[in-house]
Amino acid sequence: MAHGNWTHAMPDDPLGSVAYVNARLLDPATGLDAMGGVLTEGEKVVAVGPNITREGASLADTIVDCRGQCLAPGLIDIRVQIREPGEEHKGTLESEGRAATAGGVTTYVCLPNTTPVIAEVSEVEFVARRARLLGLSKVYPYGAVTKDLKGVEIAEIGTLAGAGAVAFTDGEKAIANTQVMRRALSYASTFGLLIVQHPEEPGLAAGGVMNEGEIATRLGLPGLPSAAETILVERDLRLLALTGGRLHFAHVSCAEAIDAIRKAKAAGLRVTCDTAPPYFALNETSVGDYRTFAKLSPPLRGERDREAVVAALADGTIDVIASDHAPQDEDSKRLPFAQAANGGVGLETLLSVSLELYHNGHLPLLEVIGKLTRAPSELMNLPAGKLSPGEAADIVIFDPDRAWKVDADQLASKSKNSPFDGRPVQGMVIRTVIDGRTVYAVEN
Amino acid sequence: MADPPVTAAFPHRHLLGIEGLSPDEITILLDASDAYVELNRQAEKKRDALRGRTVINLFFESSTRTRTSFELAGKRLSADVINMSVGTSSVNKGESLIDTAMTLNAMHPDVLVVRHGESGAVKLLSEKVNCAVINAGDGSHEHPTQALLDALTIRRRLGRLEGLTIAICGDVLHSRVARSNLLLLTTMGARVRVIGPRTLLPANVERYGVEVFHDMKAGLDGCDIVMMLRLQMERMQGNFIPSIREYFQFFGLDYDKLAAAKEDALIMHPGPSNRGVEIDSEVADDFSRSVIREQVEMGVAVRMACLDLLGRNTEELGARNL
Repeated sequence: MAHGNWTHAMPDDPLGSVAYVNARLLDPATGLDAMGGVLTEGEKVVAVGPNITREGASLADTIVDCRGQCLAPGLIDIRVQIREPGEEHKGTLESEGRAATAGGVTTYVCLPNTTPVIAEVSEVEFVARRARLLGLSKVYPYGAVTKDLKGVEIAEIGTLAGAGAVAFTDGEKAIANTQVMRRALSYASTFGLLIVQHPEEPGLAAGGVMNEGEIATRLGLPGLPSAAETILVERDLRLLALTGGRLHFAHVSCAEAIDAIRKAKAAGLRVTCDTAPPYFALNETSVGDYRTFAKLSPPLRGERDREAVVAALADGTIDVIASDHAPQDEDSKRLPFAQAANGGVGLETLLSVSLELYHNGHLPLLEVIGKLTRAPSELMNLPAGKLSPGEAADIVIFDPDRAWKVDADQLASKSKNSPFDGRPVQGMVIRTVIDGRTVYAVEN
Repeated sequence: MADPPVTAAFPHRHLLGIEGLSPDEITILLDASDAYVELNRQAEKKRDALRGRTVINLFFESSTRTRTSFELAGKRLSADVINMSVGTSSVNKGESLIDTAMTLNAMHPDVLVVRHGESGAVKLLSEKVNCAVINAGDGSHEHPTQALLDALTIRRRLGRLEGLTIAICGDVLHSRVARSNLLLLTTMGARVRVIGPRTLLPANVERYGVEVFHDMKAGLDGCDIVMMLRLQMERMQGNFIPSIREYFQFFGLDYDKLAAAKEDALIMHPGPSNRGVEIDSEVADDFSRSVIREQVEMGVAVRMACLDLLGRNTEELGARNL
């Protein structure tokens, strides 16, 4: 949430050297967790460590005193929906880029479910170019696995990868046909490319609008059983064993699906997965009295599933935390529950809600940050997520303890559909730096 | 004309469901309804209770019985009653739902009676208007006046609700009548059973504090009341039962299955019934057992009581606004 201001740092602004001193340095890529500083020169990091102090870096053009707050690589969010091109009234690269920087996210990967779908080289290049010109977070697109996300014919994934698509997914749609999924995995493995699946068996999920169980029954809403997720995860793991290749499951949310992935990892399959903050911080009771902001895909599950997600984050079965940012305008949400659109905005609450895992004692701070930096960087082979010399100076400075309350109306995102509206959280982004330029900062 | 026969106050602005009502509040509504039953049996049925008030029946789903029942109830209380039927095809979009609510709200109605095909839609609408809202059925969620009229029918016949064994049979999954009845009857201390094929019972239905049966004779054994539900084919997405014929064979109420219930067990149905689907014609027309027509009569009285009690609250709201 925007507690601070954006600066109009543009790529051609001259940059000198900046010393960020008096910080608790957190770099999961190297295991660093110590007091010290970071020195940047132009767009790059040139030194990191305990000897970067106010005195030691007195020759730097600018000195930023971090006042003991945490300094980490800028966050990487691998699951963001932008709505540009096609639905700019819900979100644009600019509005969501501001949301991202307010959330400490310096790099994100956007889903191909725009209009048109990202299935052509020109669209991959459009997104990358627009983002570069805005000077906000760095954007990498997913390519579509199948043409028009229809789940029938495989898209030109080799060509799209060449143009800059970092992985392939049909977005919010599962690749449902077993033969198509087998061929997609098999063909992608030709080039060593990653397929990201939205794991939900569409036949069983059809008509369901919230997690199946007592609450759906009482609200008179059609239930969507968690078995729909488990079935597709189990099927795809069989296909992965058959084809080889790499498979990533997006936003896993239920205990049985997680168990299947845990076993597959132990058996040596190249499978990874992520989850989103709603699945470890909320459960189906958030739907309450038909709150459409809590209508997500997959649906918020029961408490037992939420606990399983937390346990899987702690034991490493779940590799990555992604926001699952899905802007929806008022007209899409102010509807009877069954008719309302799925999804919640999440960029601005990603860090704060993830820090609950640390505050509640489930994960060490460095591990929480690792799931937001090192892990997504390695998964998608992105040039980001580390603090080492020579890396891009993409940095987030945050106060892990500072408390605030989520107020959907105050979000920078063009759409305000946060499932966390009204939630008290702990941990605030103080400064976001991209390529050495401060793009967002809270006045201290 | 005489004063309204009801004096107790109802402490809610809207009647959106049975959920959240205490046994005392349900009793207030039933007692008030009782008084109106007697009034409705007189030749002179008109009362002044809602003179000068406007009641709008806003039906997004077609209905004849419920709408007529509310219309008659409003008119007998001297309200100006307007019926608005909004075709399901033109208003399937909720933006129209909100728009309609705002438009009607600007006309200063005192009570809106709303039916909508989506669960939660009436609640959503109630958040956008200043008047009282009565839920006349929302999706598969609740239909509180139906549960109240069922309870009134039972209470007048058997003198109580507490301790009775009541079976609710058939398509519970799609039924808002069943959900409101489960809540009301368990709140009032009845022993409730649900009976139906597994495909037509919602997940975790036992969490209402009811016993679950899949065999009609076993479930009806010793029951005081047999409440049949309409098989709601229009709400079914896909195939929940193989055929009407097979459904009737296992779950249709006929004399053979009814024999398992108490000898004088009463038969109820919210209507309109599908004869030969969930209930045999002979059973439905058996006046010694079936109270289906009485339910319709009680409906008008219950709706008068609800309009009256909620209308009084809006009087206070209006006074405060001045």
